[in-house]
Amino acid sequence: MFVAIIALGALAAAFGLILGYAAIRFKVEGDPLAEKINAILPQTQCGQCGYPGCRPYAEAIARGEADINQCPPGGEAGVVKLADLLGRDPKPLSAEHGQVKPKMVAVIDESICIGCTLCIQACPVDAILGAAKQMHTIIAKECTGCELCVAPCPVNCIEMVPLKPDIAHWTWTFPDEQPQPPALKGAQG
Amino acid sequence: MIRRLWKFNGGVHLPAHKEESASHPVRRAPLPKRLILPLHQHIGESAEAVVKAGDRVLKGQMIAHAKGFVSAPVHAPSSGVVVETGDLPVPHPSGLSAPCIVIETDGADQWTQLQTHGDYTRLDPSALRNIIREAGIVGLGGAGFPSFIKLNPGPGKAVNTLILNGVECEPYITCDDMLMRERAPDIIAGLRIIRHALRARECIVAIEDNKPGAYAAMCAAAAGTDIHVVQVPTIYPAGGEKQLIKVLTGMEVPGNGLPIHIGVVCHNVGTAAAVYRAVEYGEPLISRYMTITGGNIAQPRNLEVLIGTPVKDLLDECGWNPATLDRLLMGGPMMGFALPGDDVPVIKTTNCILAMTAADSQPQRPVMPCIRCGACADACPVNLLPQQLYWHAHAKDLDKVQEYNLFDCIECGCCSYVCPSNIPLVHYYRYAKTEIWAKEREKQKAEAARLRYEFRLQRIEREKTERAAKHTQKKEELTAAPVDPSGTKKAAIVAAMERAQAKREEVKSEE
Repeated sequence: MFVAIIALGALAAAFGLILGYAAIRFKVEGDPLAEKINAILPQTQCGQCGYPGCRPYAEAIARGEADINQCPPGGEAGVVKLADLLGRDPKPLSAEHGQVKPKMVAVIDESICIGCTLCIQACPVDAILGAAKQMHTIIAKECTGCELCVAPCPVNCIEMVPLKPDIAHWTWTFPDEQPQPPALKGAQG
Repeated sequence: MIRRLWKFNGGVHLPAHKEESASHPVRRAPLPKRLILPLHQHIGESAEAVVKAGDRVLKGQMIAHAKGFVSAPVHAPSSGVVVETGDLPVPHPSGLSAPCIVIETDGADQWTQLQTHGDYTRLDPSALRNIIREAGIVGLGGAGFPSFIKLNPGPGKAVNTLILNGVECEPYITCDDMLMRERAPDIIAGLRIIRHALRARECIVAIEDNKPGAYAAMCAAAAGTDIHVVQVPTIYPAGGEKQLIKVLTGMEVPGNGLPIHIGVVCHNVGTAAAVYRAVEYGEPLISRYMTITGGNIAQPRNLEVLIGTPVKDLLDECGWNPATLDRLLMGGPMMGFALPGDDVPVIKTTNCILAMTAADSQPQRPVMPCIRCGACADACPVNLLPQQLYWHAHAKDLDKVQEYNLFDCIECGCCSYVCPSNIPLVHYYRYAKTEIWAKEREKQKAEAARLRYEFRLQRIEREKTERAAKHTQKKEELTAAPVDPSGTKKAAIVAAMERAQAKREEVKSEE
């Protein structure tokens, strides 16, 4: 009886130590779920979801504060992916957070720009180059099309234009939209 | 010598339509007024223009240099003046425009100074590769991969078998056939140069058995050497690189691998001829043999065409009828693509212009549901499951199509050809492939945006703490240090006050 209590007590203490050590040794920094959600979000950093960037939105979803349908740049596909990850049912994008738009890029009309730096401060990804009283310009390659620079401009010289299609980014259309017959006579005998 | 040959899975027997264009000797196409040279005529990065509008260029002069490793320069195909550099329609299934250089020819066809290199056997393989790179030579069989890269086996890899591909299995196309018939010695000379660069143990020239003329010419040119000229059975797509390797060696190239991984390198016969011209005479790649054929063409034939010649000039040369033109294809009927118009130029990889009337091509039959007959899997030369690929591509399940090895598909069109339900299967695979690439690009862009966003937050945070630190430091300085350590300021103020007082008293006493 006494021996059993001591033996079990010793075992409990030993396992407790191992578990305690493991908790310290293998501690996961940050929230792994938020990390996974953030990887799905499009990183536009536009704030249309109501949070100041993709990561805060991801954290809010992880905490259960935000819904999964608040990201228009991610589109329906993004909602489906989030639903898959979180084991929920996909739902349509909520209308109050904006519409799905084609991919855009900001363009500064450099002849109007007064060099006020307000857009530089607004850009979440540092995609605007310029300095006080110097002309500003957008680094198109880095622009996510978030539109955050448009509103602060005091002279309305920033315009959002749809991305121009080019061969490197062109994709084949889904076949049903454009049926093509085989070119060679004699097919299917 | 009788060589043992193997078979690949599937394939289809197609009506050849080759006699029409292969019955006349090749002649040079007339010099066009305008040459349009796209900067992107190969796999890899676009070339970068080194001339501008108004420049005079000579035949063979480099007008765009290679940018990056997988890239190839572009040369002026004739002498003239650069009249325009900008976006123009290019031959591509998208029908979009891309950067081009337009040369208005002067008719003189004056060569630039060409640099010859003497005896190639004394050249180092890397020097040879450099000559071939500078000559702008890319694979002329269709894909357009810069050839100098395929002349470098890489460290630690030996080339056992060098295959020269003269199979030309696609219907209608006869340009390689004609090249072998008319320029067999050039091709063999080019093959020897390639062999020298690769240090290949064995050389095989493969020709389909429906080209007896080409076979005889190549045998005669290779007589007395240890180069094997081999006839392979006519079946489409025996000319596919991996299929030909299977037929000749019995070996299969691994799924994500390259032929070099099993000690094989494959080049097209046209490429070999171009290599010979580049090494022996210093000529860059500015022209090639091309088949102009189809039911719409009055005299189907092969022409030696300058790269950059507008398609319309070639159609005019061979007599076409715009009224009955149904489809205009670049490439063959199986793997070619419809051209958006006749104003696009031909490029280095163009082997055929196919102008079809309505009677030539298959009448459009309604697409019907898949009946799971499995004919596509029987025909697939890569041993894929076209049906499964179709289901998942149709459902836009891009992960699943990759599990079924979508990227091993060579888009040969055998599955679509045999499909009794007329399903445009290859179109689905192309859609899925480009969609996967687009998703991949988007992912990379999102990752870059995330890093920039996080860096910006970090920077703002750092600036804030730095500002706060500066602020507290200043405050400490102000409180710690005595305002007037030596008291001189105070003394000066006292003195000033006294002076003022004295002055006031002086004024008073004067009154």
